[in-house]
Order: sequence, then structure tokens, then C-alpha cells
Amino acid sequence: MTADRQQFPASMRFFHWLMAAMVLAMLGIGVAMVASLADYHRLVSIHRPLGILILIFVVIRSVNRLFSTLPPFPATMSSQERLVAHASEILLYTLLFVQPLVGWGMLSAARYPIVLCGSLHLFPILPHSVMLYAALRKAHTVLAYLLFFAFIAHFGAVLFHTLIVRDRLLSRMVPWRTRAN
Amino acid sequence: MRLTGSSTLLRLAGIGVVILCVVGAFLYLGGWFSPHELRPARFVDGFEQANGIHSGFRRNHAKGVGVRGFFDSNGQGTRLSKAVVFRSGRVPVIGRFSFGGGDPNVTDAPDAVRGLGLQFSLPDGEEWRTAMINLPVFPFNTPQAFYDNLVASQPDPNTHKPDPQKMAAFVAGHPEFLQAIKIIQSHPVSSGFDNSAFYGLNAFRFVDAEGTSTPVRWMVVPVQPFAPVSASGTPLGDKNYLFDALIASIHQHPLQWHLIVTVGQPGDRTDDASIMWPDGREQVDLGTLTLDSIESEETSPARDINFDPLVLPVGIAPSDDPLLSARSAVYSQSFTRRAGEKKEPSAIAPSDVRK
Repeated sequence: MTADRQQFPASMRFFHWLMAAMVLAMLGIGVAMVASLADYHRLVSIHRPLGILILIFVVIRSVNRLFSTLPPFPATMSSQERLVAHASEILLYTLLFVQPLVGWGMLSAARYPIVLCGSLHLFPILPHSVMLYAALRKAHTVLAYLLFFAFIAHFGAVLFHTLIVRDRLLSRMVPWRTRAN
Repeated sequence: MRLTGSSTLLRLAGIGVVILCVVGAFLYLGGWFSPHELRPARFVDGFEQANGIHSGFRRNHAKGVGVRGFFDSNGQGTRLSKAVVFRSGRVPVIGRFSFGGGDPNVTDAPDAVRGLGLQFSLPDGEEWRTAMINLPVFPFNTPQAFYDNLVASQPDPNTHKPDPQKMAAFVAGHPEFLQAIKIIQSHPVSSGFDNSAFYGLNAFRFVDAEGTSTPVRWMVVPVQPFAPVSASGTPLGDKNYLFDALIASIHQHPLQWHLIVTVGQPGDRTDDASIMWPDGREQVDLGTLTLDSIESEETSPARDINFDPLVLPVGIAPSDDPLLSARSAVYSQSFTRRAGEKKEPSAIAPSDVRK
């Protein structure tokens, strides 16, 4: 039991690493596609269904998070640090939910077909309005930058704890099972 | 086991390097390290430099009118493509006639490039969009050539005319350009929009129910009889005389075109929009396009549609033509820029399109 208590539950670790890979790929595809003539279409065709997949996963993940028992913070973290860690977790979950929704919304407002796979496509969630599209398109870029900086801050903080403070913070989230120390 | 001061510094530096690498990788993907490469934003900047920014209008094909109608498929296309649009039956169509160029108030001219954008709404919710022009081939076969020509043909600020040296340099570097112009000039221009043929420009692929993929090019051929451009010249005083003739014509009777696909043979190039396929290729009539109502940009849904040529239903796929992805990217960039702008009145006003 103690071994489990030191780590996030297996389901949470699974979603964490799966979504980390998806979101990083998504951010990379996003910056590359808006700057590319030759690869634009190929990248957009991945970007749209992958975004919807992230939306589905973040909903499942949030529900899973609600019903999971979390390991305690390492003793090395001050109460302010814990507050920041908690706030950044809420920020990341919120961004992962809002960003694909804004993407879906902006395509709806522009009346682009939102093709998932083959002839399977999503219904529009907003009325046809190019003004609305323009605003959401800007928001999509701003949120993408915010998501990228939130990822860098999260990544940097984990590296700091693991390499400098050396409080085994990362072992709580590694995909494999660790033994309690 | 506390870290010594120097090893802490070393590790901090290591963290810094790792983060810089991640940020650098994203900057690389976003093209920050190759500023001279042609990108969608720079392409649209080129149109804006050539024509100025006209609030709310397309950056190219700015002057236009919206039309509506339907496509009656005769079922002949199902042999080549499983697209629902080719099964026998009728689907609604929204379209837009336009002139090439970014000036929404340009005076109509018979030799200006005419455009026809179409959106077919399929019964299963899919869409097929195509943006066609009245040239049988495209004068450029790469996005770079199109852009270079756009830059070379910009008027010199002193002479107000394109620099002949720049154009000569462009032509010298692009033998396909003159060959395409020869083909274009061998096709006489019709008197108006209503008796123009429009060509899909790029090759695409039709995919049938078995998954067999066939290279095709499509065009719409007018039922309205061909008439050459009037020899008496253009009427004075009416800047919109070609659009006005289209409005009068569509009010008289619905306008019709046959949707014809040319079926490519193995070896026919699908990646070069500047050449024609050899004579004698099989042509299949897929059905009749009827356009029976016309609206100004102010009321037409066509104004707010991006006629992105890669909005395709299952059964129609892109070819390897590099222009296709570039068109999709540049249209999207133009659409995004104009979407948020105030919509200025169009040259063809709502009162002009009434009966």
C-alpha cells in the first residue's frame, strides 16, 4: 500500500503520459502547419481529429482525477509551492479542455467541415459568423502560447525538483511502479 | 547528500539548456530559422502589396457575386468515385463568380481571369468545394512561381508599370509559363460569365468503392452557346458590365453547365497544373449544374465561405500537385484576415442584382 501511496494511480499516470505526447505533438503540428505551404493540408488533417481526441481524453481524465487518491506532496515543497503546483494543475486541465473546444467552435463559426475520419464529421457548435471565427481564431493562438508556456513551466519545475532538490518528485508520475523509499 | 555549489550551478545550466532546446525545436517547426522560405502569411502579404488592403474582401478574387442552384448528378461518376455527390440525384450548390485580383472595385474586363467557386452540400453532411477559373491550364506549376510572378508584375512606384526587366527575368526562369500562356491563348475567351467554361486547374484523384484511385481533372462546360468577346470593345461608363450581363442572363433563365471529368492515363502528370493532358483522354459527363439565383456579397452566404479546394468528400482525394496544399494554406490565411474586418460595400450592390 505504501508503494502505491507514493505514486499517482496507474490510470492517472497512463493519461498523463499519453496526453503529454498528444499535446506536444499537437503544439508542434500547430506551429508547423500555419507556417507551411507544402505540408499544410497533411498537418491540418491530423490536427483536427487529434484535437477532438484530446478533448475526449481530457474529459475522461478529469473524471478519473476526481475519483483518484493522490499521493502527498514531497515534504520539500513549501505551502506556497504546493499552492502554485495546484493552481498550475487546474490551469493545465482548463487549457486542455478549452483549447480544443475553441478549435471546434472556430471551425463551426467558419463553417469548415470538421472531418474526423472518412465521412465521419462533427456537427457545428456555433452559428456561421466570420466575426466570431476571427475572434476565436485569435484566441486559439493565444491559448496555444499559454499552453506552451504552462508546459515549459511545468517541465522546468519538475526538472528543478528532480535534479536540484532531488526529492524524487518525478518518481510519483513515472510510468513504471517505484518502491517506497 | 547535498549538492555542492558548483554542481548545483552545473545542473541548473543543464536544465536551462534542455528548456532552450525544447523552445528551439518549436521555433524551428514554426519556421523561425528559415525566414526566407515562402509561407502562407508572406504569400498573402504579396497580394496585399499588389492590391492594397480592402477591408472585408478576399485578398484575391475580391470582386464577385453570390449565386445559388443545384447539381443534378446522372450517376455516371459512381464508376470512378464513391463520393455521394455522384450518385443519381440532386444536391444544393452555393457559388460565387469573381474576377482575379485583389481589387474589389476593378472595372470589368473580358481578359481578366474569371473565377467560379462552388460548394456542393452532400446529403450525408459532407461538402465538396472547388474554386475554378476560366483558364484551361494554370500559368504556374509551383507556389513559388506564382508568388515570384506576383512580385515581378507589381507596378514600379515611379513608372506605375511593371518593371519589364523583372518580368523578363521571371519568364526566362520559367519556360512552363510561356508554354501555358500559349495554351491559354489558343482558347478563345467567351463574351461573358454565363458562356464561360471553368476549369478545376489541379488534378485530383477519384476513389471508387473498391479503393481504386483514378487521376482526374474536372471542368464545367456551359450549356449557354459560346459567343466571342464583342469586337466593338467594352461599353463605356459601366464598370460592372460583365457582372450586369450575368445578372440579366440569370434572371432570364437558369444557367447550366455540364460537369465533365477528364480521366487521366498512367503517365499523365498530376503534379503540374501548367500542362494539359494529351488529346483523346476519356471524358465523362457527371451531371448538370444549374444556377438560378444571384445575390450581392452583402446577402450571399458565399461571401463567408472559403472555397478551399481541399474541402473534399470521401471519394475525391488530392493529387500530388504542390499547388493544392499551398492553395488551401493561402486561402485559409486570406479568409482569416478578412473574417475579422469590417465588411465594406461590394461593387455590385444588392440593388444591382434585383430583377
